[in-house]
Amino acid sequence: MADPITLSLNGEPRALPGPLRLAELIAQLGLDTRKVAVERNRAIVPRSAYDTTRLADGDALEIVHFIGGG
Amino acid sequence: MDAVEPRVVGDDDPWTVAGRTFRSRLIVGTGKYASLEQTAAAIEASGAEIVTVAVRRVNLADPGAPMLQDFVDPKRITYLPNTAGCHTADDAVRTLRLAREAGGWNLVKLEVLGPPPHLYPDMAATLAAAEALIRDGFEVMVYCSDDPIYARRLEDLGCVAIMPLGAPIGSGLGLQNPAMIHLLLQQTSLPLLVDAGVGTASDAAIAMELGCTAVLLNSAIAHATDPILMARAMQHAVQAGRLAWRAGRMPRRLGADPSSPLTGLIR
Repeated sequence: MADPITLSLNGEPRALPGPLRLAELIAQLGLDTRKVAVERNRAIVPRSAYDTTRLADGDALEIVHFIGGG
Repeated sequence: MDAVEPRVVGDDDPWTVAGRTFRSRLIVGTGKYASLEQTAAAIEASGAEIVTVAVRRVNLADPGAPMLQDFVDPKRITYLPNTAGCHTADDAVRTLRLAREAGGWNLVKLEVLGPPPHLYPDMAATLAAAEALIRDGFEVMVYCSDDPIYARRLEDLGCVAIMPLGAPIGSGLGLQNPAMIHLLLQQTSLPLLVDAGVGTASDAAIAMELGCTAVLLNSAIAHATDPILMARAMQHAVQAGRLAWRAGRMPRRLGADPSSPLTGLIR
């Protein structure tokens, strides 16, 4: 049950204990879900699906937010 | 935070893009400021109701760092996500899909740029990206060259606003080809905004006097010595230029025409 999984988080590999749902990852990272958007393996994950999204070994996640820009 | 003037709202003269109505005809960028506090103060002083924002990776090493939304409330100020840094249609579509999820709406600014030092709009890639975005349900305000052929194609594709550059991004050179902006205005029924190149208040006024719907700028405020003062100047310049356009300027003439009567002079 506690097999570690390795994810790519914003381009950096990170090993974490599995199993892991996306909502748990966001909470562990200390992020406010209202202020970020997540892409998993190039597909958008709607906020409403964070709770049901089980992360798999090798998943590539992009976690973005709005910053200043012209 | 610096004290700011109350929002000056001119005559009731709103404009509409993609079914959304705004009173301010100044859109400002949120980049290049010294701090998020200064960003917020400049936006307030500018009276802008729409701000452009970029989409970037969260710094996972510092997740508690203040975010733009903490200073600029997206419920009060409309966020217009851009595609700055995207050099292909695929990158632009991917970026804006993330922006739509983060922000919850589909009005966006598309820009696909060539390389430095000109960062000129790559119009072939811009057209391809616009087509893909519109197919995906986005409402696309598009940064473009001041080329009437491409502007027409973007309009035909279904873009919701045409936004030609006045001069290279961040150059502050002012409108380099007002005649072409005039020609673009003649042919389009969409909102037309000058986006990029404005350096100071008179440049923004000139764009509005030509009949542009609105002006989009960032560096002119952010790189001013006093950004808050310049934000106020831009608000007034856009309003003055708009009023002058509505008023209809006098005809130019090559000779003098005295303002005081030539009759009734003392002898």
